[in-house]
Amino acid sequence: MGEENKVMLHGNWSSPFVKIVHLALTLKGVPFEYVEEDLENKSPQLLKFNPVHKKVPVLVHNGKPIVESLIITEYIDETWKNSPQFLPEDPYKRAKVRFWSNFVQQQLFGSIFTIIKTEGEAQEKAIKEVSEKLQLLEEELKEFFPDGSCSIDSENVGLLDLVFCSLFGPQKVEEEVLGLKILDPGKTPLLCSRVTAINQLSLVKELTPPRDKLVAFLKFIRENALKSASG
Amino acid sequence: MADEVKLFGMWASPYSRRVELALKLKGIPYEYIEEDLSNKSSLLLKYNPVHQKIPVLVHNGKPIAESLVILEYIDETWRNNPVLPQDPYDRAMARFWAKFIDEKLLTTARKVSFATGKEQDQAIEQITEQLKLLENELKGKEYFSGQSIGYLDIVANVLVFWFRNLQEALGVDMFTEEKFPIIFEWIGKLVKIDTVNECRIPKEKHLDYIRTRLEALKFSSK
Repeated sequence: MGEENKVMLHGNWSSPFVKIVHLALTLKGVPFEYVEEDLENKSPQLLKFNPVHKKVPVLVHNGKPIVESLIITEYIDETWKNSPQFLPEDPYKRAKVRFWSNFVQQQLFGSIFTIIKTEGEAQEKAIKEVSEKLQLLEEELKEFFPDGSCSIDSENVGLLDLVFCSLFGPQKVEEEVLGLKILDPGKTPLLCSRVTAINQLSLVKELTPPRDKLVAFLKFIRENALKSASG
Repeated sequence: MADEVKLFGMWASPYSRRVELALKLKGIPYEYIEEDLSNKSSLLLKYNPVHQKIPVLVHNGKPIAESLVILEYIDETWRNNPVLPQDPYDRAMARFWAKFIDEKLLTTARKVSFATGKEQDQAIEQITEQLKLLENELKGKEYFSGQSIGYLDIVANVLVFWFRNLQEALGVDMFTEEKFPIIFEWIGKLVKIDTVNECRIPKEKHLDYIRTRLEALKFSSK
């Protein structure tokens, strides 16, 4: 591939933030080179391209780096204008998508991670928080999809779908590791059907890591966190 | 049908002032509603049930929350005097640094304000590093956004008034011209712009406000 229009993605298989970008590029049909980063031993390239945060994902387009998954995805949407268009045309709908994508990524992700890393009272508190936030999300989805329809294909995936997918892709994996359900179709039916629909897309399936690997990874995170918490 | 634009804000909030700055730069008439954050109006809670915070922009009855989301909405809805750059890469950079200011810089500023002793020293070290990174973005440019003020200058406006006031109230070596000559040169340019001055917070009132909050926090932590 020549330098002109060369696209590289520095990522890590376990990162939900990388998954968003990886999916975005794949759905748009953008040819790119993927570089798997060992987060314990970051490449000099990664540190050069993201000196401020030293994190993945980093997209490098024509030698210029872009970081932060949601910012990268908007960049992708603005640079490659073929479908799917991840953000809608209407400014008000765009504002809602941005608001909720931030909300899911920052607030929900943080609380779910706390559930994984804690037990007892701390975990109970996080579970309650997640439940409340999911309800808010469900209410909003009712406005997005007033007919309750949920058909998704590779042409109409939106930014919010990508964010859901990054967080709730391995959802049943979290159930196995934690022994509890995070998404409950009884409480948030619209969200659950949306998540299921996205995870059925073949492109998404191809990018989902093997179940055993994910289970082992989450168990490892949980055990480490609990160990260091107990001192 | 005339546009109806309302802004729910708070006089001391850099987040609501930045929205006002954007509205004024675009010449958009709006109604401002001052919120008492200790007694939030039912309208605010209705328009921002998720975070229950200001600012909230309400355009023809439709609410938008989160200042950075609001800024983008304003730019996309009123297309005169664009504040975001046209080029996707430049836009990504502007968004990156805006997020950096809000998520890193302002968080560290809070740490500097509320910590004491060694913790405060560490926080000051951290904020110095962060401010230096941001200052780099000004090198060779008139403003963060290039030849004229734009999105990133609007967001970085928090440095012009809040950071300077915080510096004065705290008396620690956090934000000085000696340390950040390029940022202060930019501040000098910004305060000469009428619209920026229209959105400045009253200094003495703000100093009092900062001092009261710091006192209250020290008192509650005893």
